[in-house]
Formats: sequence, structure tokens, C-alpha cells
Amino acid sequence: MCIAFPGKIISIDKDNYAVIDISGVRRDACLDLLGEEVNVGDYVICHVGFAIEKVDEELAKEKLSFLQELIDNEIY
Amino acid sequence: MKFIDEYRDPTIARGLVSAIKRRSERLKSGITIMEVCGTHTHSINRFGIKDLLPDNVRLISGPGCPVCVTSIEDIDRALLLAKEKDVIFTTFGDMMRVPGTGGASLEMMRSDGANIAVVSSPLNAVALAEEKLEAEVVLLGIGFETTSPTVAAAVMSARKKGIKNFSVFSVHKVIPPAVKILLDDPKINVDGFLCPGHVSIILGTGAYSIIPEKGRAAVITGFEPLDILEGILMTIDQMAEERFEVEIQYKRAVKEEGNPSARAAMDSVFDRAGAVWRGLGEIPESGLVFNSEYKSFDALKRFDLPAIDSKEDERCSCGEILKGLMSPDQCPLFRSVCTPKNPVGPCMVSSEGACSAFYKYR
Repeated sequence: MCIAFPGKIISIDKDNYAVIDISGVRRDACLDLLGEEVNVGDYVICHVGFAIEKVDEELAKEKLSFLQELIDNEIY
Repeated sequence: MKFIDEYRDPTIARGLVSAIKRRSERLKSGITIMEVCGTHTHSINRFGIKDLLPDNVRLISGPGCPVCVTSIEDIDRALLLAKEKDVIFTTFGDMMRVPGTGGASLEMMRSDGANIAVVSSPLNAVALAEEKLEAEVVLLGIGFETTSPTVAAAVMSARKKGIKNFSVFSVHKVIPPAVKILLDDPKINVDGFLCPGHVSIILGTGAYSIIPEKGRAAVITGFEPLDILEGILMTIDQMAEERFEVEIQYKRAVKEEGNPSARAAMDSVFDRAGAVWRGLGEIPESGLVFNSEYKSFDALKRFDLPAIDSKEDERCSCGEILKGLMSPDQCPLFRSVCTPKNPVGPCMVSSEGACSAFYKYR
């Protein structure tokens, strides 16, 4: 029920609705619940027609390299 | 899909499984970790995560599926609302097949001619009301903190547009009071929680402070296999080091402070009130009801529903399963009488219910 997907903002209209590309499928999402400004090209987490948070791409990258390093060097 | 596929990398997953094995050797005794999110339940079963864990780390499902924890009284009220004259009853798809007292469901009522529409967004229900002025559009407002701000936003937009033929039957619930009940129940022995990733996008870490206060681990976790494995690893570390805190594994989406704008939307439309949870009973301050400013959107005030003598099917074990006291295959009805095609209880209906996920992937 709380299922939500990351999607890329393709466009934003004057009513604060965005077209989001979620794995090749285009969906509309209302941006009113976001606490920060987003732009075309940003990724957002979408749930039942709303963007509920911006994806932090830097932290996402950091996490993956952290895990990769952990595994490569068997630091566990 | 970006931010999904890379979190299914099998090499890293294998590494995390080795890390879990090695670090769990430091545990003094076996531990039980509860996930309180239906999407976790589904992912854990789908990706076979339980089979990858050492014997001293046990995963159990808690009351994390909004469909499953909806009380039989509320299901019956939804069925009555859908029967009202001139009503178009709108709902998310998960609720269609949940049986009420006596076994009837929204799906059966729709086959019998009731006007019931499945929507994928609360905004669709508002648009329907705008289009069908002769009808009364009722939305079944269901879901935890992830969903309730979206319903609040839809209600605010309906008010702004002056739409009068739209109302919501709110069975929304909030997670922290239910977690408190689980922590206080001496029968439920949980050492750590995988906290729900998308609920936590809204709530942030503060809402779970009671978990470490009670000497339990808490890790806000994402939904892909690497997320879940790392969440389990972080929980094991907290347990082994007896260092209890609310940590975020799902950092690409969840901020410490959550999403205050979404919380503000929820709080400007709804007040907290006691609510009955299937399996857990009445929990104070755990439900969302319309505040005085928005009470005209309350479907229960708009329609005069008769009193109902609601009764759960006595044979159903959903209540015990939702508390993690029983696993789905311990229910005598599981797979014999109760199947996804012919569900007796809600945990078998919703794809996020423990029974349905167990049935599908085991």
C-alpha cells in the first residue's frame, strides 16, 4: 500500500504538476507535498499521484560505493 | 530502473549475506526482527531473504499492511457506504476483495451493480466528483503516513475548487502508537524493528524514539534486496553492540526530519483519534479523523449509516499474524480454506499481507 517508485521529472507545469518517467511509463504527479524545489531531471519518489520526496542522488551513489568497498575488501 | 536495479546487485547481496553471517556470531542469543511495513513483507518473501539468514536471526511481520489492520467494522461501513443511493464509491484496488461480515466484498457488490471505481490516486476521485456532479463521490481514505498527506492534499484541492459532492471515509492510521503497543506487549518479543521506508519519508526519525528508549534497535530501511539486507545488518550491529538508536539505511529517500510539508498537509485536515486495529484492538491517538475545519468532507457525517453487528470470521488468525505471534503457515485455514482466490481474512487479500506474500513465494 505504501508502495512508491523513483521517477525522473520530465516537465513541470504552472499548476505544480510534473510528468514523471517511471521506468519508461509516464505518469502525472502533483508536487505540492514536496518541501523543497525540484527541477526537470531530478528524481522523486512517487506515491498515488504525488511526489513525496526528492531522491538524494549523491547519497545514493555514496551508499553503493560504500557497500561495494565493504564487499570488495571483506570489511565485515 | 534507476535507484532500483542497482540495489538488486547479486554480488553485493552475497557480500551482505556473508557480513550478516559473520556479524551475527557476535550476538549473545537469537534475535527477532519485525518489519512493520507491508511492502517490506512483500519484498522479503519475494526475494527469499529469510532463507539467506543465519539461524539466530529471525524475521517476523508486524501490523504493516493498512488493508490488513482495517477493522471488520470499518470494512462493513465501507460496504454500506458503497450501497448508498447515488454514491460512486472509490477505493484503491487492494480493498476490493476484503471480506466484511458474512463474506461480502466491494468486488462482489460491484458485480451486483454497485457503482464502485478503483482509483490509483485520491486526485482521480476528486476529478470524478468534478465530472459527475449528479453523484456523490466517496473515497475510502486508507493508508499510513505515506498516503494520508496525499488524501489531505486531495481534500484541500476539492475545497479550493468548491467541490461539494466529494467526501472521504477515513480509516487512515498512524504507525508510532501501534509500535508502542507492540513494545509494551510482554507476549511480543521483538529485539529490533525494520522501520517502514516510505512512512518514514514523511515522519523522519523522531517518531520512533520510543524504540531505542525501550532498548530495541530501529533501522529505517528501503525495499530492494540490498536495502533489506543492509537494514538487517545494521540491526544486528545495534544489538551486538547494545547501542540502540534510530538509524537510516534508506538515506537516498529519508531525511532525519522527514517531510514537514507533507506532515503539515496531513495535520491541517486531520486530527488524531482512537482507532480499532485488527489484531491489536483500539489504540489511542492512532487514527485520523477530519478536524473541525474540514468536517464537511467526512463521509460518515454525510451519510446516516445504520448500526452494524460486525463479526470477524472466528476461524481467521489474521489478528495473531499481525502481532507476529503466529506465522501464516501455522493458521489451520492457510492454503486449504484460505487462498488468494478465496481469502477468509485480509492478510490473504492484500499483496502486502503476510499470508498472501507467504502463499505466493513459498
